[in-house]
Amino acid sequence: MFPSEFNFVAVSSVAEAVQAKVVAGEDGRFLAGGQSLIPMMKLRVAAPETLIDINGIMGLSGISRSNGHLNVGALVRHGDVVASEVTFGAIAAAAKWVADPLVRNRGTMCGSVAHCDPEGDWNSVLLATGAAVVAAGPQGEREIPIGDFIAGAFTSTLGEDELVVGLRIPVPTGRSGGAYLKLERKIGDYATVAVATHLELDAAGTISAAGLALTSVNPINTKVAAAEAILVGQQPSEELFAEAAEIAAAAAEPRDDVRGSAVWKRQVVRTYTKRGLAAAASQAQGS
Amino acid sequence: MTAPTTPAEIGGIGHSVQRKEDARLIEGQGNFLDDIELPNMLHMAILRSPFAHARINGIDTAAAAATDGVVAVVTGELMDQHGLAWMPTLSGDTQAVLATDKVRYQGQEVAAVIATDPYIATDALELIEVDYSELPPVTTPQQSLTTDAPLIRDEKEGQQDNLVYTWETGDKAATDAAFAAADRVVSLETHYPRSHPAPLETCGVVADVNSVTGQATIYMTSQAPHAHRTLFAMVAGLPEQNIRIVSPDIGGGFGNKVPIYPGYVVATAASLLLGQPVKWVESRTENLISTGFARDYYMKGELAVTDEGRILGLRVDMLSDQGAFYSDAQPSQFKAGLFHVVTGSYDFGAAHVNCKGAFTNKAPGGVAYRCSFRITEASFLIERLVQNAAYEVGIDPAEMRLRNFIQPEQFPYETPTGFVYDSGDYPTALRKALDEVSYFELRKEQEAARAEGRLIGIGIAHFTEAVGAGPSRTYDIAGLKMIDSAELRVHPTGKAILKLGVKTQGQGHETTFAQIVAEILGIPATDIKVEHGDTDHTPYGLGTYASRSTPVGGAATAVVARKLADKAKKIAAHLLEAADQDIELNAGVFSVAGSPDRSVSIADVALAAYTNLPEGMEYGLEDVTYYDPPNLTYPYGSYIVVVEVDPDTGTWEVQRMVALDDCGVRINPMIVEGQICGGLTEGFAMSSMQWITFDEDGNCIGSNFMDYLVPTAWETPKFELLSTEVPSPHHPIGAKGVGESATVGSPAAFVNAVIDAVAHLGVRNIDMPVLPDRVWAAIDSASNAAI
Repeated sequence: MFPSEFNFVAVSSVAEAVQAKVVAGEDGRFLAGGQSLIPMMKLRVAAPETLIDINGIMGLSGISRSNGHLNVGALVRHGDVVASEVTFGAIAAAAKWVADPLVRNRGTMCGSVAHCDPEGDWNSVLLATGAAVVAAGPQGEREIPIGDFIAGAFTSTLGEDELVVGLRIPVPTGRSGGAYLKLERKIGDYATVAVATHLELDAAGTISAAGLALTSVNPINTKVAAAEAILVGQQPSEELFAEAAEIAAAAAEPRDDVRGSAVWKRQVVRTYTKRGLAAAASQAQGS
Repeated sequence: MTAPTTPAEIGGIGHSVQRKEDARLIEGQGNFLDDIELPNMLHMAILRSPFAHARINGIDTAAAAATDGVVAVVTGELMDQHGLAWMPTLSGDTQAVLATDKVRYQGQEVAAVIATDPYIATDALELIEVDYSELPPVTTPQQSLTTDAPLIRDEKEGQQDNLVYTWETGDKAATDAAFAAADRVVSLETHYPRSHPAPLETCGVVADVNSVTGQATIYMTSQAPHAHRTLFAMVAGLPEQNIRIVSPDIGGGFGNKVPIYPGYVVATAASLLLGQPVKWVESRTENLISTGFARDYYMKGELAVTDEGRILGLRVDMLSDQGAFYSDAQPSQFKAGLFHVVTGSYDFGAAHVNCKGAFTNKAPGGVAYRCSFRITEASFLIERLVQNAAYEVGIDPAEMRLRNFIQPEQFPYETPTGFVYDSGDYPTALRKALDEVSYFELRKEQEAARAEGRLIGIGIAHFTEAVGAGPSRTYDIAGLKMIDSAELRVHPTGKAILKLGVKTQGQGHETTFAQIVAEILGIPATDIKVEHGDTDHTPYGLGTYASRSTPVGGAATAVVARKLADKAKKIAAHLLEAADQDIELNAGVFSVAGSPDRSVSIADVALAAYTNLPEGMEYGLEDVTYYDPPNLTYPYGSYIVVVEVDPDTGTWEVQRMVALDDCGVRINPMIVEGQICGGLTEGFAMSSMQWITFDEDGNCIGSNFMDYLVPTAWETPKFELLSTEVPSPHHPIGAKGVGESATVGSPAAFVNAVIDAVAHLGVRNIDMPVLPDRVWAAIDSASNAAI
């Protein structure tokens, strides 16, 4: 690996990290797991002037529940999420689909979220579960709902001086279930198509909240609000899920590429939406 | 399997001796090309074309040359001053070393920077300015052969179009007659897609030319160091005694390390001009986009069959995509390698094979990727055709094969395209594999599953390979006969060193070749050092590819060991005061016939060879053999794959994979099985995911391991291995070679299985790789056609 020349700064607190970013400006990049950034530097697609290594910051490695939320720190690796016992539904389902075990050992959930790769898995899951990103900057911390955080492919609304320090994911209070169905060419590949589903049921078994989001079939990870809307207030059923699947298929705008034809990808969205909702409902009913 | 004749401590043929080479490789004590560091060594990086087809108007190297740490910038113009801008290929074409006139594929070598460290060299590439005028690219062989296609090889005298070659074999009239007599003709058009061998270690060189003595020591990732020495002498005009090629530990070759690449030539020229060693190691992307690709055959096959399922004849039309330079590594008599082995395992009278190659704006190569020169493509075509013929005639695909097999008593069997198969028992092999999967039960389960809307498929492939090139009357590469050699020296203490003309890249030569000697002389395999890869220290040979090491180099090893055994018996007779003809050698013990207690060991004899000889005998116990095989060897196998296809998405999963291989005598069964598992994995890869594609501008899609998919243990199905053992009658120890069997045989089994799952819908073909969208589209269109 022969990347372009860069400066390397290791920091030990969030304040130092933010200060280093203020100094480095737009040519500075934070380094957490490096599983996207380092390969890009290897290919010289990315050539940051300064790498700010945040791995030495204490207190960002935790994954825990508090105040009705699942809180994930900036240094939580995908593998930590796989191993965690405090996750739920779609989060737990998706974790083992992220990349491969080698990448999961090093790569971080927050890093993947901040990267905003439309083929990344986590942003769909966060859209389906209604999560927020916690960012720290010179003015302190703020929370950004994931829908507002994603600005486009590989672009977020994070300020130039801000660092993602964590995620806040609401934990359902009643019966709930979720799934993440991913079609990939091989383990470690980006999704060809993936569908995140999240359902909450009330005491009568009626759907009280629904989340549905798609990976790799639109320019950004896409929340299918129209499908979510028809699910809420209904009893789970094959017909209902088929109807939602049609809406999801229509919301997908995949392209023909080396991974497959657009018409087939839409078919996979349809199939996986049906199966994903059925899996979520079944999990919720059993919870 | 035949039981070993030697005890385990000797470890002769048939023992699963642990691989001697593994410990050093696993413990990080191997010596790969990139491990080599020499004093004053410089580093080279190569600038490559971003375009598939463009004219070069000029190259400005001033800024790069002015960079601190840059020692030289080399262009085609400079190479041309030394007559090295172009070099010959292994197929008699020429290839640009550094482009002077045009670039003809994306990734082609344009300039090189030599610097004091690799970072500086890589940085300086960005400072070279090349003025290109883009030309329209030719991206398919079909487009290439149209009359208005741009001429790719405009520099080649007399070349008016993009045609590389035409070649045919077989008997056209007899084949036409067979088709006229047939009840039906079954045809199939399919593409065996372009792939890349993708060895874990990329290619590289450290060229060290002494400016005073002219001695050139060239460390190189080479599967054929001796042949490369001779070719270097021819290309660079260096006296051959001054060239020493050292091929160190190699991290996989698979055919990728057979050609000589431009980078080797530039680094050697640079070392010659600068008087310092120059290292060049490819990046992964460079390896995937510019070095030897494999396959890329567009094939149309037709089988003439009777209503009883008898095959009468085969007709094949093939068009190959050769890329910008014709550089297939193959025997010079054959323009499409051994593709004409396409009649497979079947007994029918007539075949005609018509081949054509076309230049395109893609990387050259045509290397035999774990394949004996295009046999993979041939085996795939015939096994797909026979499966389809079974559907059309309406008989079971296993039965179709059993009705048409060459029978055991027909060997040696001459095929309609001129191969003489040495030995085999195909019906026994296939029946054993069928029994293992409970084939006929499985067919019933398939039927029952279909009634529930589930799609189960059973695919069979029964392949015959032609390996071990080859007899000198037929086989040469660039004029060099495809013989190989072994030199064996037994030391006074009874230990030995075996020096080979072939070169391992992971096949386990250091273990198996020692076992051949152990079998014959009774010296424990662990006491025999195997040396290979250094042309100053080993006898001449054509190298390791096309499964030729055991058939040719292994034969040479057996013959030289027997020569020493003959001499050793004479020495033993002298020590035992017996007649030469009364001495029996058994597992390292020489005894007198009829008096087994009168004996000496091989160690006694070895010492005597240097201390106590019969009158008139020359001292020493060593010899060298050059082996010219009388024929190729013909390993074969029966593979059966069971899959389930998801009708809603087209994805498929392997439920079972049973592989029966017959490679004749197995020297080391464990290593043989390792080879088979590796080959099956690559067959699975090609059938499911591993291919290189190009966009309409000729950009290579697949320039890294995110886009060029190589399966890992996670994706790879479990393999169940079986064997039969019909020895080769002409090989000194009955072995046939096995390194490539599974890559050759298995793709058709996987593809046939998926086709079989949807054949009842009328589907007859899905091109490789069998991607889920292709499967789903085939189901979808078949279902729509049914409505």
